[in-house]
Amino acid sequence: MTALFSRFGGGPDARKTVTFGDAAAVRSLPFWSLVSLIGIIVLWWAGTKPWGFPSDFQQAYEAKAAAEGDNITTRQMLIECGAAPDCDDSMYSQFLGPRTMASPIDTWRGFNVLRTDGFADHTLWEHSWISLWRVIRGMFFGILFGVPVGMAMGLSSRLRGLFDTPVELFRPIPPLGILPLFILWFGIGDPSAVRLLIFASVWIMIISARAGVGTVKLSKIRAAYSLGASKPQVLRRVILPNALPELFTGIRVALGVSWGTLVAAELVGAEAGLGSMIFRARNFFRLDVMLVGIIVIAVIGVLMDVFMRFLEARLIPWRGKG
Amino acid sequence: MKELKVSSVGMVYNVPKSDDVIALNDVSFELEAGRLLTLLGPSGCGKTTLLNILAGFLAPTSGTVELGGQQITKPGPDRGMVFQQGALFEWLSVEQNIAFGPKMNGASKSETKPMVEELLHTVGLAGFGDKQIYELSGGMQQRVALARCLANDPDVILMDEPLGALDALTREKMQGLILKLWQETGKTVILVTHSVEEALYLGDRLFVMAPRPGRIERDYNLPFAEIGLKVEPRELKASPDFIERREEILSLIWEMEEQIMGHGS
Repeated sequence: MTALFSRFGGGPDARKTVTFGDAAAVRSLPFWSLVSLIGIIVLWWAGTKPWGFPSDFQQAYEAKAAAEGDNITTRQMLIECGAAPDCDDSMYSQFLGPRTMASPIDTWRGFNVLRTDGFADHTLWEHSWISLWRVIRGMFFGILFGVPVGMAMGLSSRLRGLFDTPVELFRPIPPLGILPLFILWFGIGDPSAVRLLIFASVWIMIISARAGVGTVKLSKIRAAYSLGASKPQVLRRVILPNALPELFTGIRVALGVSWGTLVAAELVGAEAGLGSMIFRARNFFRLDVMLVGIIVIAVIGVLMDVFMRFLEARLIPWRGKG
Repeated sequence: MKELKVSSVGMVYNVPKSDDVIALNDVSFELEAGRLLTLLGPSGCGKTTLLNILAGFLAPTSGTVELGGQQITKPGPDRGMVFQQGALFEWLSVEQNIAFGPKMNGASKSETKPMVEELLHTVGLAGFGDKQIYELSGGMQQRVALARCLANDPDVILMDEPLGALDALTREKMQGLILKLWQETGKTVILVTHSVEEALYLGDRLFVMAPRPGRIERDYNLPFAEIGLKVEPRELKASPDFIERREEILSLIWEMEEQIMGHGS
């Protein structure tokens, strides 16, 4: 709660007179994050809310206003005229029509239906889990292949030369560009999706592992040898833990890329999963289902990042200190 | 205890598209066990190169280095090294850092535990065993580095500007600690420093080194380290003998710097 009120200033930067341009004095105030979240929901609600009154209602209202004058409040008059909600949608003007955008209420209803009855043979949770499980498998193999290769590249000139060509050649290929080939080879659904995610994450993991090895201070390596460590011990006890911060950054980036790639891949190459759910909903004009899918994708993406940051704080507390 | 013997050591760096750099030229000396040797000189005089050769991190282009009759070719636990900073393992606690050497050589935790406790006490960090490295100040980190080095019970302790990153007050305290450890353990210590005062105060032998080519210019045997164990450091550093030596060495180094500047322009 105190964090919410930090918009009033305070903390170590409170007495700074030069803050414009001082990057350290700029941070994200939670209050304003909340304001923008509420703002987005309000805009969404307002944009999909029927505005204005139907014409016959307006006539009744004006007649009543003329007769009663100042003896009645506006609110009472509205109620007595039999307020708006029962009227036909077509009589309203609307910024975003029901064929363009689902309202928050409709989306909420859609969410509840998706939770219980589901859409396209699966409930919302099943779609989410199918997508998430694909990402988990893709990341697992991406890390499994990428980290040893990247570390080898950081440790041996011969292996660096050997792997440089494929890494530099394949890394710039957008994973989605290679999806048609994967569908051709492995069919739609899990087989091509998981392989695509390995392809999406493995280069990122190679680069980050290589960079992680590169960040180790020579004095640490020399100290370890001086203390009697063997080569495998230096690798396991010094180089690997020293590379953890870089590896974590790599995992976070790869996770974000994988998630985005997967949902796009599922639009064409899968019969289940969040991306495929959205795509099928489009065919039936189920805007509510599409919106629920989009929101769930966003929320899972944020949760994954929060989870990684939590892990990072637990596993590598020395990061950015000393 | 083992004697250190350096015979005609030379080190030449090949610089592409430029003249070769002679970092060390025909350096020879013998150092009996239990001495505290300080290496002093302007940058480029090869003092850190010499230390790295002694540690076994660099192979000299000519000459040999022997410790107790055994030629030095690679780093080993008989020669401990203390770096200026950043050589501690941040992912390990203070205790685990100190126990690193014995653990690499197969010691179990129950074996290292009492030794680590004793070392923590020796370097003045009793009760800090569970702390993380990044929770410690720079001076405390160097205390951990000293303890980690001592844990391996090396014959020689090599220090590469160990106090260079510390503030003046902490530095004086740490100088006292190094003298104390030297006396208590009786180990051979070789310490590289930029500070004339530090080199005089700590060294019972002192090499003033000169650049282009890197060599030993003067070899002093000094009384101050012995005195420093009994007398208050401030008092010692203010004594006429100390000041006289300091001025002598300072003017020597000034001359070298002037020559370098003249050479460069």
